Amino acid sequence: MQAVVQEIVGQMGNEKAPLLQVLLAVQDASPRNYVSEEAVRAIARSMRVSRCRVYSTASFYTEISLKPRGRHLIRICGNAPCENAGRAAIMDAIQKELGIKAGEITADGLISLEKVSCLGACYKSPAIKVDHQIYGNLTPEEAVAIIRSLREEFSNEHNGSPVGI
Amino acid sequence: MSTVEITINKKTVRVPENITIMAAAKLNGISLPSLCHHPDQKVKANCRVCAVEVEGSKNLVASCSTMVSEGMKITTNSPRVRETVRTIVELILADHPQECLTCIRSGECELRQLAFKLGMKEVQGVKTVKRLPLDLSTPSLVRDPNKCIKCGRCAEVCHHVQEVGILYSHNRGLDIGVTPEYGKELKDVACVLCGQCVLACPVGAIYEKDDTDKVWEALGNPDKHVVVQVAPSVRVSIAEEFDQPSGSIATSKLVSALRLLGFDRVFDTDFAADLTIMEEGHELLQRLQTGGVLPLITSCSPGWIKYIEHFYPELLPHVSSCKSPQQMFGAMAKSYYAQISGIDPKDIFVVSVMPCTAKKYEAARPEMKDSGYRDVDAVLTTRELGRMFKHEGIDFNSLEDGEFDSPLGISTGAAAIFGVTGGVMEAALRTVYEVVTGQTLEKLEFTGVRGMAGVKASSVNLGGTEVKVAVAHGLAHAKQIMEAIAAGEADYTFIEVMCCPGGCIGGGGQPYGTTNAVREKRIQGLYEVDQKAELRKSHENPAIQKLYEDYLQAPLSPVSHKLLHTTYTNRCQHELQ
Repeated sequence: MQAVVQEIVGQMGNEKAPLLQVLLAVQDASPRNYVSEEAVRAIARSMRVSRCRVYSTASFYTEISLKPRGRHLIRICGNAPCENAGRAAIMDAIQKELGIKAGEITADGLISLEKVSCLGACYKSPAIKVDHQIYGNLTPEEAVAIIRSLREEFSNEHNGSPVGI
Repeated sequence: MSTVEITINKKTVRVPENITIMAAAKLNGISLPSLCHHPDQKVKANCRVCAVEVEGSKNLVASCSTMVSEGMKITTNSPRVRETVRTIVELILADHPQECLTCIRSGECELRQLAFKLGMKEVQGVKTVKRLPLDLSTPSLVRDPNKCIKCGRCAEVCHHVQEVGILYSHNRGLDIGVTPEYGKELKDVACVLCGQCVLACPVGAIYEKDDTDKVWEALGNPDKHVVVQVAPSVRVSIAEEFDQPSGSIATSKLVSALRLLGFDRVFDTDFAADLTIMEEGHELLQRLQTGGVLPLITSCSPGWIKYIEHFYPELLPHVSSCKSPQQMFGAMAKSYYAQISGIDPKDIFVVSVMPCTAKKYEAARPEMKDSGYRDVDAVLTTRELGRMFKHEGIDFNSLEDGEFDSPLGISTGAAAIFGVTGGVMEAALRTVYEVVTGQTLEKLEFTGVRGMAGVKASSVNLGGTEVKVAVAHGLAHAKQIMEAIAAGEADYTFIEVMCCPGGCIGGGGQPYGTTNAVREKRIQGLYEVDQKAELRKSHENPAIQKLYEDYLQAPLSPVSHKLLHTTYTNRCQHELQ
């Protein structure tokens, strides 16, 4: 972990690296999409700041998770424009396909589902965000297809083995 | 000095430029309310209770963070300011347990005083007081997150004065807490227990673990011979608990008050400070003569010791093996004193009064029982002792003068200055100089190691050899020296480190209101104690001379080593989970 973090911090300027960007990059590099306690310690050491400074920033921003999440993160907008455009049907389809509710992780650790306030994509509501990619003007069928392709992609890469913690 | 013309409440005044509205108001007879503001800290401007109106500004501004400017029109007494400030305080109170009657901070709480000043009558709106568990994990400190008002003063001192960095604000909104990461307990992080956060806290959110009950119990037990030792710095701070000016020297009244509490013997940690100089001075000479590890670093300050154990364990061989004066006293009380007084050491109960919260941790270290009995049984801070005196109705200021008991109450001026930054160094140099050169030291004052500068480097001529010394106080400054040693860039022979700013006179167990200005007053007080002392060199203390003759034989003798020296533990913070 220290080596991974050191490389990220080094690329961003070592002790002068912007903490929030480091946290996001470390989270992206984590197979479980979060910043572990070990990572908090490694960032503190690499950037020569206190652990609680790192934790403070990580705990302030909802974009950063301090708990393990799925390898992929599906965020569904819960605000009015998406709601009017049929969010409920999208949510139902996704929950059914994944077998989990918003705020949960699939048993294989592959996907987390989160409800968020706004994705900034009202112009193509209803929208979801899968990792860093926005999908808009969705139908329930398209949403299910996106999930199936995520699973297929992972299965091809890992021969069906479960996601490590 | 350049000035600007401003208007405060319709009165036109000239004030220096580059000061805040709060400072300008103060100069003109108005103390604006404040909570997050602290005279020794940088501006945080997060509590907003110092809000005032400035003409041309739509919103109220925080007077602690807004600088005055030419022509500025400030209003501090409008209905809008009054209502806003009261609302802010009301919001803080809505999130604060109303337990003032039983709160340790009650009489001296800045929030309570502010609520009183503003005449707060009721707290409207939804109460959001939580019931979070207290952190009772260490022998030194208690953290009560429920009382925290999130002002950030503790985090500031922890990060910037001490650079230990274990307290910081986490989460957001209603969930904000000022804690170690992951809400860990203090025992699970690299907290050195210095208690500077206690002095910084405006309320009762972090405070010393109270040991007064332990002491009351011992005093009430007829089978116990209860002796007390008082640290050097307490004599120039305890009177503040009784509304005397900062730095007032109250040694004699302190002794009398302790007798009134019922201690069987009233002794002085200064005696043990003289003993420390004998041991540490000879350790320095031995290291110089035998090519031992140098620079030698002092070991009196338990916050400092815990710091180096956590952060620079690889440098522990530099630290003197001498126990601190508190522990040396305890070891002597339960061996030498037990022998000369004919009292079974198991019946002796040693209480120490310290300016320090870390001393509670030090006394509880499992290795501190070389006589076969725990060196020190209970440690009280200056604040706790003040409370005990008040509890008993002792009218401190009108007491007759008393004198310490013999022989563990006999000391020198060199020991008194242990309580200030540079004092241990100066005391050691007085003795080492005479031991090395065999000549009488003419000028006792080593002014190069005095004062509030964070790192003080000096050099001393010891019989033809120039010896470079350094003194640091406040752990941020100690860290600078440790980095220099680790980098091989410190060519010092002897280094004194005190954990707290100003040394023990500024310790985390001292009366509330310990600011740098107060520290300076207490420093003057201890130098005056030294100046007026009959004996001013540790090796001239007759009680110490007799102790060596009758019991310890010589400095660094096997019996000295057994009772007065200790070992340290690698507590590398990287290992902490």
